[in-house]
Amino acid sequence: MNFAVLQFPASNCDQDALHAVRDVLGNSARYVWHKETSLGDADAVIVPGGFSYGDYLRCGAIARFSPVMQAVKQFADNGGLVLGICNGFQVLTEAGLLPGALVRNRDLQFHCEHIFLKTVTPDSPFTSKIPAGKWLKIPIAHGEGCYFADEETLAKLRAGNLTDTANPNGSLMNIAGICNERRNVAGLMPHPERACEPLLGSDDGKWIFTSILATLPNETVAQAA
Amino acid sequence: MKAKIVITPKKAVVDPQGKTVRNALEQMGYQGIKAVHVGKYLEIELDGDNPETARKSLDEACHRFLSNPVIEDYKLEME
Repeated sequence: MNFAVLQFPASNCDQDALHAVRDVLGNSARYVWHKETSLGDADAVIVPGGFSYGDYLRCGAIARFSPVMQAVKQFADNGGLVLGICNGFQVLTEAGLLPGALVRNRDLQFHCEHIFLKTVTPDSPFTSKIPAGKWLKIPIAHGEGCYFADEETLAKLRAGNLTDTANPNGSLMNIAGICNERRNVAGLMPHPERACEPLLGSDDGKWIFTSILATLPNETVAQAA
Repeated sequence: MKAKIVITPKKAVVDPQGKTVRNALEQMGYQGIKAVHVGKYLEIELDGDNPETARKSLDEACHRFLSNPVIEDYKLEME
Protein backbone atom coordinates (compact mmCIF):
# COMPACT_ATOMS: atom_id res chain seq x y z
CA MET A 1 0.00 0.00 0.00
CA ASN A 2 1.24 3.50 -0.79
CA PHE A 3 0.92 6.09 1.91
CA ALA A 4 1.20 9.82 1.35
CA VAL A 5 2.25 11.74 4.46
CA LEU A 6 1.52 15.45 4.10
CA GLN A 7 3.95 18.06 5.33
CA PHE A 8 2.87 21.60 6.19
CA PRO A 9 5.21 24.24 7.54
CA ALA A 10 5.64 23.20 11.19
CA SER A 11 4.15 19.74 10.92
CA ASN A 12 6.35 17.72 13.26
CA CYS A 13 4.85 14.24 13.43
CA ASP A 14 5.33 13.52 9.76
CA GLN A 15 8.52 11.54 10.34
CA ASP A 16 6.91 9.37 13.01
CA ALA A 17 3.99 8.68 10.70
CA LEU A 18 6.26 7.73 7.81
CA HIS A 19 8.37 5.57 10.08
CA ALA A 20 5.31 3.73 11.38
CA VAL A 21 3.80 2.86 8.02
CA ARG A 22 7.05 2.33 6.12
CA ASP A 23 9.67 1.01 8.54
CA VAL A 24 7.47 -0.74 11.08
CA LEU A 25 4.63 -1.93 8.86
CA GLY A 26 6.57 -2.36 5.62
CA ASN A 27 4.60 -0.23 3.18
CA SER A 28 5.79 2.26 0.67
CA ALA A 29 5.33 5.83 1.81
CA ARG A 30 6.44 9.26 0.77
CA TYR A 31 6.18 12.80 2.01
CA VAL A 32 3.97 15.19 0.10
CA TRP A 33 4.87 18.84 0.61
CA HIS A 34 1.89 21.12 1.15
CA LYS A 35 2.49 22.98 -2.09
CA GLU A 36 2.21 19.86 -4.24
CA THR A 37 -1.03 19.55 -6.14
CA SER A 38 -1.07 15.81 -6.67
CA LEU A 39 -1.05 12.85 -4.31
CA GLY A 40 0.43 10.61 -7.01
CA ASP A 41 -0.59 6.98 -6.63
CA ALA A 42 -1.33 7.17 -2.93
CA ASP A 43 -3.80 4.62 -1.56
CA ALA A 44 -4.13 6.46 1.73
CA VAL A 45 -3.23 9.88 3.03
CA ILE A 46 -2.02 10.72 6.50
CA VAL A 47 -2.38 14.31 7.67
CA PRO A 48 0.15 14.33 10.51
CA GLY A 49 0.40 16.09 13.82
CA GLY A 50 2.34 19.19 14.70
CA PHE A 51 1.77 22.90 14.88
CA SER A 52 1.20 23.76 11.24
CA TYR A 53 1.67 27.50 10.68
CA GLY A 54 2.39 27.87 14.38
CA ASP A 55 -1.28 27.20 15.18
CA TYR A 56 -1.76 30.82 14.15
CA LEU A 57 -5.33 32.12 13.93
CA ARG A 58 -6.67 28.65 14.82
CA CYS A 59 -5.06 25.23 14.69
CA GLY A 60 -5.17 23.97 11.12
CA ALA A 61 -6.97 27.09 9.87
CA ILE A 62 -4.23 28.10 7.46
CA ALA A 63 -3.04 24.62 6.48
CA ARG A 64 -6.52 23.76 5.22
CA PHE A 65 -6.03 26.25 2.38
CA SER A 66 -2.68 24.76 1.28
CA PRO A 67 -2.67 23.67 -2.39
CA VAL A 68 -2.32 19.99 -1.47
CA MET A 69 -5.64 20.07 0.37
CA GLN A 70 -7.50 20.45 -2.93
CA ALA A 71 -6.03 17.13 -3.97
CA VAL A 72 -6.91 15.62 -0.59
CA LYS A 73 -10.52 16.79 -0.91
CA GLN A 74 -10.77 15.29 -4.38
CA PHE A 75 -9.17 12.07 -3.13
CA ALA A 76 -11.66 11.92 -0.24
CA ASP A 77 -14.60 12.71 -2.51
CA ASN A 78 -13.54 9.73 -4.63
CA GLY A 79 -13.59 7.50 -1.57
CA GLY A 80 -9.86 7.54 -0.80
CA LEU A 81 -8.79 6.90 2.78
CA VAL A 82 -7.64 9.93 4.76
CA LEU A 83 -6.44 9.78 8.36
CA GLY A 84 -5.84 13.00 10.29
CA ILE A 85 -3.80 12.73 13.47
CA CYS A 86 -3.88 15.50 16.09
CA ASN A 87 -3.13 18.68 14.08
CA GLY A 88 -4.19 16.63 11.07
CA PHE A 89 -7.59 16.08 12.70
CA GLN A 90 -7.77 19.84 13.25
CA VAL A 91 -6.92 20.48 9.59
CA LEU A 92 -9.65 18.08 8.46
CA THR A 93 -12.32 19.73 10.60
CA GLU A 94 -11.26 23.18 9.41
CA ALA A 95 -11.39 21.88 5.83
CA GLY A 96 -14.89 20.56 6.38
CA LEU A 97 -13.86 16.99 5.60
CA LEU A 98 -14.93 16.08 9.11
CA PRO A 99 -17.68 17.78 11.17
CA GLY A 100 -17.18 19.75 14.35
CA ALA A 101 -14.12 21.52 15.66
CA LEU A 102 -11.31 21.10 18.17
CA VAL A 103 -10.98 23.74 20.87
CA ARG A 104 -8.75 24.39 23.85
CA ASN A 105 -8.59 21.59 26.42
CA ARG A 106 -11.17 22.14 29.12
CA ASP A 107 -8.58 22.46 31.90
CA LEU A 108 -6.37 24.71 29.74
CA GLN A 109 -3.48 22.29 30.22
CA PHE A 110 -1.40 20.66 27.51
CA HIS A 111 -1.84 16.93 28.03
CA CYS A 112 1.05 14.65 27.24
CA GLU A 113 0.22 11.18 28.49
CA HIS A 114 -1.03 7.72 27.53
CA ILE A 115 -4.78 7.34 27.35
CA PHE A 116 -7.08 4.44 26.59
CA LEU A 117 -9.31 4.39 23.55
CA LYS A 118 -12.45 2.38 23.13
CA THR A 119 -13.71 1.65 19.63
CA VAL A 120 -17.26 2.86 19.17
CA THR A 121 -17.48 2.32 15.42
CA PRO A 122 -15.83 -1.05 14.68
CA ASP A 123 -17.06 -1.16 11.10
CA SER A 124 -14.75 1.37 9.51
CA PRO A 125 -11.53 1.06 7.51
CA PHE A 126 -9.69 2.54 10.49
CA THR A 127 -11.02 0.20 13.15
CA SER A 128 -11.99 -3.06 11.42
CA LYS A 129 -9.02 -5.03 12.72
CA ILE A 130 -9.12 -3.83 16.31
CA PRO A 131 -9.94 -6.90 18.43
CA ALA A 132 -13.44 -6.64 19.88
CA GLY A 133 -13.43 -5.08 23.31
CA LYS A 134 -9.77 -4.14 23.17
CA TRP A 135 -8.76 -0.84 24.71
CA LEU A 136 -5.96 0.85 22.80
CA LYS A 137 -3.23 2.46 24.87
CA ILE A 138 -2.14 5.44 22.80
CA PRO A 139 -0.27 8.64 23.71
CA ILE A 140 -1.77 12.10 23.39
CA ALA A 141 0.07 15.39 23.25
CA HIS A 142 -2.18 18.36 22.72
CA GLY A 143 -3.44 21.62 24.13
CA GLU A 144 -6.41 21.98 21.80
CA GLY A 145 -8.04 18.58 21.52
CA CYS A 146 -11.45 19.18 23.01
CA TYR A 147 -13.97 18.06 20.41
CA PHE A 148 -17.00 20.25 19.88
CA ALA A 149 -19.93 19.90 17.52
CA ASP A 150 -23.53 21.06 17.47
CA GLU A 151 -26.39 18.88 18.74
CA GLU A 152 -27.31 17.74 15.26
CA THR A 153 -23.82 16.47 14.54
CA LEU A 154 -23.43 14.84 17.93
CA ALA A 155 -26.67 12.97 17.43
CA LYS A 156 -25.18 11.33 14.34
CA LEU A 157 -22.01 10.28 16.12
CA ARG A 158 -22.39 7.11 18.09
CA ALA A 159 -22.17 7.55 21.83
CA GLY A 160 -19.85 5.38 23.80
CA ASN A 161 -20.27 4.42 27.44
CA LEU A 162 -17.15 6.09 28.65
CA THR A 163 -16.49 7.65 32.01
CA ASP A 164 -15.85 11.35 32.14
CA THR A 165 -12.78 10.75 34.29
CA ALA A 166 -11.19 8.94 31.36
CA ASN A 167 -11.62 12.07 29.25
CA PRO A 168 -8.43 14.15 29.35
CA ASN A 169 -9.59 17.23 27.50
CA GLY A 170 -13.32 17.79 28.00
CA SER A 171 -14.35 16.58 24.55
CA LEU A 172 -18.10 16.33 24.14
CA MET A 173 -19.25 12.72 24.40
CA ASN A 174 -15.67 11.82 25.37
CA ILE A 175 -14.79 11.79 21.71
CA ALA A 176 -11.13 11.17 20.86
CA GLY A 177 -11.70 10.65 17.16
CA ILE A 178 -14.42 10.46 14.53
CA CYS A 179 -14.96 9.42 10.95
CA ASN A 180 -17.25 10.87 8.32
CA GLU A 181 -20.57 9.28 7.35
CA ARG A 182 -18.98 7.61 4.36
CA ARG A 183 -16.29 6.19 6.68
CA ASN A 184 -13.36 7.03 4.43
CA VAL A 185 -12.08 10.05 6.34
CA ALA A 186 -11.13 9.80 10.00
CA GLY A 187 -9.43 12.03 12.51
CA LEU A 188 -8.25 11.46 16.05
CA MET A 189 -6.32 13.47 18.60
CA PRO A 190 -4.19 10.56 19.94
CA HIS A 191 -1.05 9.48 18.10
CA PRO A 192 -1.25 5.87 16.88
CA GLU A 193 1.97 6.39 14.92
CA ARG A 194 3.73 6.77 18.28
CA ALA A 195 2.36 3.46 19.47
CA CYS A 196 3.54 0.98 16.87
CA GLU A 197 6.58 -0.34 18.70
CA PRO A 198 6.55 -1.86 22.23
CA LEU A 199 9.71 0.08 23.02
CA LEU A 200 7.62 3.25 23.04
CA GLY A 201 5.27 1.92 25.70
CA SER A 202 2.54 0.44 23.54
CA ASP A 203 2.11 -0.97 20.07
CA ASP A 204 -1.69 -0.74 20.11
CA GLY A 205 -1.53 1.98 17.45
CA LYS A 206 -0.70 -0.55 14.79
CA TRP A 207 -4.30 -1.86 14.92
CA ILE A 208 -5.45 1.34 13.27
CA PHE A 209 -2.90 1.02 10.47
CA THR A 210 -3.52 -2.69 9.91
CA SER A 211 -7.21 -1.87 9.64
CA ILE A 212 -6.40 0.61 6.87
CA LEU A 213 -4.20 -1.98 5.16
CA ALA A 214 -6.96 -4.56 5.31
CA THR A 215 -9.32 -2.41 3.27
CA LEU A 216 -7.42 -2.89 0.06
CA PRO A 217 -8.35 -6.32 -1.29
CA ASN A 218 -5.60 -8.81 -2.08
CA GLU A 219 -3.01 -6.51 -0.59
CA THR A 220 0.12 -8.23 0.63
CA VAL A 221 1.10 -6.68 3.90
CA ALA A 222 4.77 -6.95 4.68
CA GLN A 223 5.37 -6.76 8.39
CA ALA A 224 8.77 -5.76 9.63
CA ALA A 225 10.16 -8.33 12.05
CA MET B 1 -9.41 52.04 4.97
CA LYS B 2 -9.45 49.92 8.06
CA ALA B 3 -11.58 46.97 9.04
CA LYS B 4 -12.04 45.99 12.67
CA ILE B 5 -13.09 42.44 13.35
CA VAL B 6 -14.02 40.97 16.71
CA ILE B 7 -14.22 37.19 16.94
CA THR B 8 -15.82 35.60 19.98
CA PRO B 9 -16.52 32.02 21.00
CA LYS B 10 -20.12 30.94 20.48
CA LYS B 11 -22.14 30.74 23.67
CA ALA B 12 -22.55 26.97 23.27
CA VAL B 13 -18.80 26.43 23.33
CA VAL B 14 -17.25 26.04 26.76
CA ASP B 15 -14.82 28.92 27.32
CA PRO B 16 -12.41 27.79 30.05
CA GLN B 17 -10.14 30.71 29.33
CA GLY B 18 -13.01 33.09 29.99
CA LYS B 19 -13.88 31.30 33.21
CA THR B 20 -10.28 31.35 34.39
CA VAL B 21 -9.96 35.08 33.73
CA ARG B 22 -13.24 35.68 35.56
CA ASN B 23 -12.04 33.71 38.56
CA ALA B 24 -8.75 35.60 38.59
CA LEU B 25 -10.54 38.96 38.47
CA GLU B 26 -12.70 37.86 41.39
CA GLN B 27 -9.67 36.74 43.36
CA MET B 28 -8.01 40.07 42.67
CA GLY B 29 -10.96 41.75 44.34
CA TYR B 30 -13.04 42.94 41.39
CA GLN B 31 -16.67 42.52 42.38
CA GLY B 32 -19.75 41.74 40.37
CA ILE B 33 -18.07 40.18 37.33
CA LYS B 34 -20.68 37.79 35.98
CA ALA B 35 -18.83 36.34 33.02
CA VAL B 36 -15.80 36.85 30.81
CA HIS B 37 -15.52 35.69 27.20
CA VAL B 38 -12.10 35.79 25.59
CA GLY B 39 -12.00 36.38 21.85
CA LYS B 40 -9.82 37.83 19.15
CA TYR B 41 -9.48 41.25 17.60
CA LEU B 42 -8.16 41.80 14.10
CA GLU B 43 -7.37 45.05 12.35
CA ILE B 44 -7.05 44.87 8.58
CA GLU B 45 -5.68 47.82 6.61
CA LEU B 46 -6.93 48.00 3.02
CA ASP B 47 -6.34 49.88 -0.21
CA GLY B 48 -9.29 51.44 -1.99
CA ASP B 49 -12.00 53.82 -0.91
CA ASN B 50 -15.22 51.85 -1.22
CA PRO B 51 -16.06 50.50 2.23
CA GLU B 52 -19.11 48.60 1.02
CA THR B 53 -17.19 46.56 -1.56
CA ALA B 54 -14.46 45.93 0.96
CA ARG B 55 -17.00 44.91 3.57
CA LYS B 56 -18.58 42.32 1.30
CA SER B 57 -15.22 40.81 0.49
CA LEU B 58 -14.07 40.78 4.10
CA ASP B 59 -17.36 39.36 5.25
CA GLU B 60 -16.67 36.36 3.06
CA ALA B 61 -13.14 36.15 4.41
CA CYS B 62 -14.49 36.25 7.95
CA HIS B 63 -16.96 33.48 7.30
CA ARG B 64 -14.55 31.33 5.31
CA PHE B 65 -11.27 31.75 7.11
CA LEU B 66 -10.84 34.39 9.77
CA SER B 67 -13.48 32.82 11.99
CA ASN B 68 -14.66 29.24 12.32
CA PRO B 69 -18.46 29.38 12.16
CA VAL B 70 -18.72 26.08 14.04
CA ILE B 71 -17.32 27.64 17.21
CA GLU B 72 -17.10 31.39 16.67
CA ASP B 73 -19.19 34.48 15.92
CA TYR B 74 -17.73 37.62 14.38
CA LYS B 75 -18.52 41.33 14.06
CA LEU B 76 -17.06 43.34 11.24
CA GLU B 77 -16.82 47.13 11.21
CA MET B 78 -15.43 49.25 8.41
CA GLU B 79 -13.77 52.55 9.12
